[in-house]
Amino acid sequence: MSDPTALTLAAALDGLAKKEFSSLELTDAFLAAIDKANPALNAFTTIVHDKARAMAKVSDARRAKGEAGLLEGAPLGVKDLFCTEGVKSTACSRALGEFKPTYESSVTANLWRDGAVMLGKLNMDEFAMGSSNETSAYGPVVNPWRAKGSNQNLTPGGSSGGSAAAVAADLCLGATATDTGGSIRQPAAFTGSVGIKPTYGRCSRWGIVAFASSLDQAGPIAKTVKDAALLLQSMAGHDPKDSTSLPGPTPAFSQAIGKSVKGLRIGVPKEYRVDGMPDAIEALWAQGAAWLEAAGCTLVDISLPHTKYALPAYYIIAPAEASSNLARYDGMRFGARVQGKDLDDTYAKSRAAGFGAEVQRRILIGAYVLSAGYYDAYYLKAQKVRARIAEDFANAFGQVDAILTPATPSAAFALGERSGDPVQMYLNDIFTVTANLAGLPGLVLPTALSHDGLPLGLQLIGKALDEETVFSLAHVLEDAAAFKARPAHWW
Amino acid sequence: MPGMFGIRPGKWVMTVLDVRTARPDQRIAGETGDWEVIIGLEVHAQVTSKSKLFSGASAAYGGEPNAHVSLVDAAMPGMLPVLNKYCVEQAVRAGLGLNAQINLWSRFDRKNYFYPDLPQGYQISQYKHPIVGEGEVEVEVDGDPEPLVVRIERLHLEQDAGKSIHDLSPKETFIDLNRAGVALMEIVSRPDIRSGKEAAAYFAKLRSILRALGVCDGNMEEGSMRADVNVSVRRPGEKFGTRCEIKNVNSLKFIVQAVEYEARRQIEILENGGVIDQETRLFNAATGETRTMRSKEDAHDYRYFPDPDLLPLEIDPAWVEAIKANLPELPDAKKKRFISDYGLSAYDARVLSAESEAAAFFETVARGRDAKLAANWVSQELFGVLNKAGLELSASPVSADQLGGLLDLMADGTINGKIAKEVFAKMVDTGESAGVIVEREGLRQVTDLGAIEAAIDSLIAANPDKAAEVKEKPKAFGWWVGQVMKAMDGKANPAAVNALLKARLGLE
Repeated sequence: MSDPTALTLAAALDGLAKKEFSSLELTDAFLAAIDKANPALNAFTTIVHDKARAMAKVSDARRAKGEAGLLEGAPLGVKDLFCTEGVKSTACSRALGEFKPTYESSVTANLWRDGAVMLGKLNMDEFAMGSSNETSAYGPVVNPWRAKGSNQNLTPGGSSGGSAAAVAADLCLGATATDTGGSIRQPAAFTGSVGIKPTYGRCSRWGIVAFASSLDQAGPIAKTVKDAALLLQSMAGHDPKDSTSLPGPTPAFSQAIGKSVKGLRIGVPKEYRVDGMPDAIEALWAQGAAWLEAAGCTLVDISLPHTKYALPAYYIIAPAEASSNLARYDGMRFGARVQGKDLDDTYAKSRAAGFGAEVQRRILIGAYVLSAGYYDAYYLKAQKVRARIAEDFANAFGQVDAILTPATPSAAFALGERSGDPVQMYLNDIFTVTANLAGLPGLVLPTALSHDGLPLGLQLIGKALDEETVFSLAHVLEDAAAFKARPAHWW
Repeated sequence: MPGMFGIRPGKWVMTVLDVRTARPDQRIAGETGDWEVIIGLEVHAQVTSKSKLFSGASAAYGGEPNAHVSLVDAAMPGMLPVLNKYCVEQAVRAGLGLNAQINLWSRFDRKNYFYPDLPQGYQISQYKHPIVGEGEVEVEVDGDPEPLVVRIERLHLEQDAGKSIHDLSPKETFIDLNRAGVALMEIVSRPDIRSGKEAAAYFAKLRSILRALGVCDGNMEEGSMRADVNVSVRRPGEKFGTRCEIKNVNSLKFIVQAVEYEARRQIEILENGGVIDQETRLFNAATGETRTMRSKEDAHDYRYFPDPDLLPLEIDPAWVEAIKANLPELPDAKKKRFISDYGLSAYDARVLSAESEAAAFFETVARGRDAKLAANWVSQELFGVLNKAGLELSASPVSADQLGGLLDLMADGTINGKIAKEVFAKMVDTGESAGVIVEREGLRQVTDLGAIEAAIDSLIAANPDKAAEVKEKPKAFGWWVGQVMKAMDGKANPAAVNALLKARLGLE
């Protein structure tokens, strides 16, 4: 058996179906790969060897009985933001300590229902706040990719850095991730992976540690467009436990792969051409548009005039919601309590000890913009901007079926390079944050390497609930780009 | 996705707040002249519902500490609220009962503050867009000539907090989350109330309406209903003064006491040249005083914002109509019916219509009988006994049918009114029916005219002077009636005694 960890999810499922290997063999191969790579990459915060092998055995038995589910036997990684029953779930924050939930998030429960196997929990920025994985209480994840001729450690992006790195380094067949302003798509772009943030409400938020409720959305990071479609198909679905979960059935997303895109109109928004964007990204964007044109799509120049207000609006709304969502981490029920001289002092000390600097910064921003006298000027105005941005997209989708943009303004940067400048760091989300504000699906896939050999990605933004068109288009780009580069296994 | 961002343009309506001047007899005399007290109430009423507002945990009172707590109530990571539709229905029902506007679009906000019995770190409430808008309640105050109309500003749904228990340990506070997340209705009145007595009457009327609707059990001991009382004072006819809010007052008596104490306190400050600080105060039931809880400077900034875990609440008008069509008869309508159908006095009709249970009891007794007599027996005799024993009507030792049976024995002349009271007392003690007691104790009324005449004749024979006097002094007639009844062990038919006495004494 050649190394099965290098397989795509779809290929591995095929191999399992053909009995080329069992889920237990596959799982053992991944566990060995994780044990070898993790000291260097720090992608996993918890590895559940026993649980993984037990799940794999059960899966093999199910398959033997002819009851294989959609993802039967596929070993996956889970971002630490998802609560997993009996397995430490911390959002990579000291504030949650050694918290072991007594419940399983709806999204992961869906994956296990479909036969997937859990390998462990994946590192991330603390409470999903960050774009470089450097805010994690467990230390940063290292990107498996390195620039040509360099040994410098690069960021895998964030907040789902562990998910992206694990997929890129062949440490799992796919991973769950979440995206509040770009936390699936930016790490996918930085690691040459495919990531999709579906329409807001596609995936239940029940059991996912909340960052900014109106923006948070779960989605997969995977090796291919088809793998992403398979994973999302399992993860998504209406959940009565989440009031913002969308009703209605989940389409079989994988069936959109290979569908003709002929006659589709693709919007190219002028506002996404930002100052100082590297030539390589300009070129990649133009190339992507050309590939879609060649596949029979029509390119349409569009305008999304409020784009420039998206990032400021996001950095008001997300911290505002976070300041309230994180109030429950008060040292009373879980995490460490630091006893103070009175109740307020205990709160202050516990929270100061529990939260890292970036989380504290965002809580302070959030509390400020919601406070009496500032609410109208900040929060309310940001919500109005948000409505305008949604309107921009609604207008654009009157003319086009999907929108093509770059994924990120740069390739992966070095760990430590931007951690001193929060605003510089926030600019990472410039192309991704609009889809969160408007609740739209956005998919990122790798299409080229930068001059120094690092992956670069494109983003497709679709209409609400139209992930299928996005998948069809992404598959066309994937085919045309024939991006086969993989990081060297240097660890 | 309509409504996704929860923004809705509100219409701005000017409301006149100051609509009443206190009657002269309601004014409070100070050292320097008269004062008026201005009162508005925020009443918290627990919604009658099996489960909590946003979780499936039981909303029942009591239970072992922390026995009724779901993952949502304990605010575990990743937990989300799901609105309990029945609680919404109850709020709509309450709004209809208060003659209020039902808002078809409303929204839940988060009120952020830290406290250990508030695990989320925020209370989910309706701040800007309540489910129920303006309404009004008509309140009769004992002794007042005109009913008082109290305007309702709004009714909204919100979560209760848990309970902090400070007295189990000198160093620690224990938390019981059984109440955390239970649905409350907050009913906010306009400042239309002008005395403690009016405030208590308004609260009682509210309780009566909510209980009739089945939306709140009104149990004040268990905290199902409590009031935050806003009090300010002013010179008659002048502008409103600065108000203080007295938190969590939980009985009618305490409402009266709290208002009176607080008004006096404010008047004293103002008359001594001081100013009132807007603050939140606590009522001490043991002393009848109020004291500062927190000043305006210490007031929380609650950082309200729309709860992003919940969609705006949109209600189908047809659903509201369906609820309206099935509303039970409310106290005001019942009162009107008792006056028109049973000929009761306005007072009796009000007393008997305030509680659905009492009203039903009365109607059972009154059906096919003398309704006024039934009203007297229920509201005077029975309620008297129950109040004295501290019993609820549901625990009454005498059932409505039994009381009806007693009235029947009076109506057919088996017993007279005096004996009936005796029989009733025995019914209360034994739970037996009137008929059984009357037969066993031989209490049947004597209508044998011969026996009565014999008793009268022997009395006249024994008291010739008095028999002569009574012609001059008609008032002495009562003595004769009493003596005859005494001689007959109270069992003589009073009408027969009257007629025969008059004939024998030559008073015709």
